[in-house]
Amino acid sequence: MNEQVTLQPKDFKSDQEVRWCAGCGDHAVLSAVHRAMAQTGIPREKIALISGIGCSSRFPYYMNTYAFHGIHGRAPAIASGVKMANPDLSVWVITGDGDALAIGGNHFIHVIRRNINLNIILLNNQIYGLTKGQYSPTSFQGQISKTSPFGTIEPPFHPGELTLGAQGNFFARSLDYNVKLTTDILVEAAKFQGTSVVEVLQNCVIYNDNAYGYINDKAYKEDRQLILEQGKPMIFGKNNDKGIIMEDMQLKVVKLGENGITEKNILIHDAKAQSPLIHWMLAKMNFPEFPVAFGVIRAVEEDTYSLKMKRQIEYIQKNSKIKNVDDLLRSGNTWEV
Amino acid sequence: MADNIKKPVRELENVVIRFSGDSGDGMQLTGTLFSDTSALFGNYLATFPDYPAEIRAPQGTVGGVSGFQVHFGHGEVNTPGDYADVLVAMNPAALKANTKWVKSGGIIIVDIDSFTEKNFQKAGYNNDPLTDPKMKDYNVIQAPITSLTQESLKDLNLDNKSVLRSKNMFALGMVYWLFDRPMDFTNKFFENKFKKNPVVLEANKTVLKAGYQYAESSEALQSSYSVAPAKIEKGIYRNINGNVATAWGLLAAAEKSKLTLFLGSYPITPATDILQELSTRKDLGVKTFQAEDEIAGICSAIGASFAGHLAVTTTSGPGLSLKTEATGLAVITELPLVIVNVQRGGPSTGLPTKTEQADLLQAIYGRHGESPLVVLAASTPSNCFHYAFVAAKIALEHMTPVILLTDGFLANGSEPWKIPEMKDLPDIKPPLIKEGAEDYKPYKRLNDNMVRGWAVPGTKGFEHRLGGLEKMAVTGAVSYVPENHQVMVNEREKKVEAVVNDIPDLKILGEESGELLLIGWGGTYGHLYTAFRELRKEGFKLSYIHFNYIKPFPKNTAQILNSFKKRLVCELNLGQMANYLRMKFEGLSFLQYNKVQGLPFTVIELKEQIKKILEGK
Repeated sequence: MNEQVTLQPKDFKSDQEVRWCAGCGDHAVLSAVHRAMAQTGIPREKIALISGIGCSSRFPYYMNTYAFHGIHGRAPAIASGVKMANPDLSVWVITGDGDALAIGGNHFIHVIRRNINLNIILLNNQIYGLTKGQYSPTSFQGQISKTSPFGTIEPPFHPGELTLGAQGNFFARSLDYNVKLTTDILVEAAKFQGTSVVEVLQNCVIYNDNAYGYINDKAYKEDRQLILEQGKPMIFGKNNDKGIIMEDMQLKVVKLGENGITEKNILIHDAKAQSPLIHWMLAKMNFPEFPVAFGVIRAVEEDTYSLKMKRQIEYIQKNSKIKNVDDLLRSGNTWEV
Repeated sequence: MADNIKKPVRELENVVIRFSGDSGDGMQLTGTLFSDTSALFGNYLATFPDYPAEIRAPQGTVGGVSGFQVHFGHGEVNTPGDYADVLVAMNPAALKANTKWVKSGGIIIVDIDSFTEKNFQKAGYNNDPLTDPKMKDYNVIQAPITSLTQESLKDLNLDNKSVLRSKNMFALGMVYWLFDRPMDFTNKFFENKFKKNPVVLEANKTVLKAGYQYAESSEALQSSYSVAPAKIEKGIYRNINGNVATAWGLLAAAEKSKLTLFLGSYPITPATDILQELSTRKDLGVKTFQAEDEIAGICSAIGASFAGHLAVTTTSGPGLSLKTEATGLAVITELPLVIVNVQRGGPSTGLPTKTEQADLLQAIYGRHGESPLVVLAASTPSNCFHYAFVAAKIALEHMTPVILLTDGFLANGSEPWKIPEMKDLPDIKPPLIKEGAEDYKPYKRLNDNMVRGWAVPGTKGFEHRLGGLEKMAVTGAVSYVPENHQVMVNEREKKVEAVVNDIPDLKILGEESGELLLIGWGGTYGHLYTAFRELRKEGFKLSYIHFNYIKPFPKNTAQILNSFKKRLVCELNLGQMANYLRMKFEGLSFLQYNKVQGLPFTVIELKEQIKKILEGK
């Protein structure tokens, strides 16, 4: 992946007509992906983008790279095969909340556990869009949908919690309409060696419109969003007067200037901390008690699966007497007639 | 009889021995050592292990009996044998489970020390089975195997557990004397295996010799037997079972295609050994991936295939079911993929350690939509190598998934195999599109075989999208055009049918036309061929074909089928091949002989059935 080229976002657009609904959050994410890929400088032929099934999984057709539209839930498994076969490729997975966390839940946790160097973009709209409006594993308890006309009676999964629970090393969160933030995060994810999970809170304009309205509301968004930056204090709010502190092993929202709180008391974000404890707390923060955290929440590099596989094969090859199939066929117990 | 008087030696053509005991008694090792010795001695041979699904069922019970059968001979050997000439039973449960598999008049060696009231109960006998009048049909040798093993090791400083663990070698020593086998190979095996444990090495050697000497001096054994070496084709040989042969055939295909082998798989009996074998072959650059489930196994293989590797997934019945959706994905994306299905007794978990041929129609048709792929079946443990190689060659050169059917009988059965040389195997030439090629379109057909080009990620200028949605002919863009769907369905079918141009004609054994054609496929070859050969020897007229290529069938199939008045299809299911043939060759009638007991055919039952038909009964 050393080869660098200069490309523009438009170079990553395919000739296919984009068929998402007008107003769908996926358009913005597609735009961010095109920009991020241009920024990384990776040539188009070195990029493979793999998806499953669902609205977001139509992504491959809108990319002018190598891409593969798989089957429901299995994109992480297909992408694992691509990456193992050719570790030089930049491999991306596009998935949704149903695809990754319901039918594909098993693959999602195992690919993270293995630390295969993939960039997983999880578009979370808390609904099944392509099948026209059934609740998903991330729908809040009580959500009304076509298959939960009286409200769901099951608690939701939180992608960040699952990622960290599966020993994930990279988790970030963005919002569909914040193309700049999504782009920046995707560039970080692409550089990161290991499985990176990027959750994008995405609006389904038809079946779950305004699901994130409480975060996006123009009047309050600065108070309800915490944009994390590495090494910076966790300060937010319209007047930059709120912050996060740790008290009794719990996060707490405080107001600067009140009760003697100054910037010095505010937690400094360290995505590279080995312990996932604070990352987990940040990923879990939710309205109304807390702002929702965005940005790169965790980024701790460890050896990737492909690297370990390569090392093992090279070591065994160096130390084995069997160099080809003829050697193998004649190894062990043989006799001549 | 005094020690110094040599007992008579009788010449035999073929012998079947069945070793049986508790699943912890080491019967598989005992059988394997006997087989290796016989192979080195120059006999033809075939073996088959018969073990329970439970790893260690309660000791002494019939459910926990593990067996290993070996058939060796001076004459041709194609099966592990129907019935045993000699049964070794280490306890009453082993006797109970296996007496029905011993020929009338055969020798039964029992460890008389284990014939106690407690063990009778465990085995479900009301009293001593050796007092049963039926036992008079056999020559029962009551050998105090446990106590003599203990006696022979009393001077060694060994705990009782280790002493008892070597009693299988006493039984082996007895059988070595009985069939006049040399002990050097087995002693060499001990020297290698117990290099770091001289006491155990000494113990095994001592017990083996003690067993041999006991048999030599025992009054109960009146004579020994000799099975002369066979006239075997010159060459270098090794013993191989079907699973290892499959793994090695895939390695050979990787080398001949100059591609890296990728195996995505999930452990499942009886296919696991292929994954295990390839996992040890990192020295040949194999990438093995033990996936989180069967679906991830095949999906990772599809990903590896997209990225340009020789991709394989291995499984058995239930796993094949789990892989069906992804198999359809490989069909529509027209990527090379080998799916090995080691058939076992079904449906559901069924009989996991037993053999069956009931996945045939699933292999041919078991997917949604019109979803054609190539189906092959291996027919002997060693030719799993050849058909695994061919499966990979067809997959790569025709850009299609291929299902290779083997079964539990082939997978675990072993036989001597003349080792091929890689230079004698054909090259494999996948339609890889290299940088700089002109005018690449993902679904443009390159030749009459309807093969599309394989441009893998990393190749500049040919970036394209594949996926499960229907493709526009030539361009591969997503298309919902009704007429295009028809075109693509037809093209995929034609592409698989075109494989017929690259496969050999069916070989007919016996006359080219006549009264009766015997038909088999897959793992039943050894039994069917032996029945055919013996009947011909007895003067009966019949011919025989055996299918290894199932979809598509070889070109001359219709012509052969039409040349006989009667056609008898024998298979280990309720008639799947017979029905498939009826459908493919409309108007022809097929007789059937079927068995679904988790067991191979016996040559005896096949001969009876065939004779009935030939004699018009």
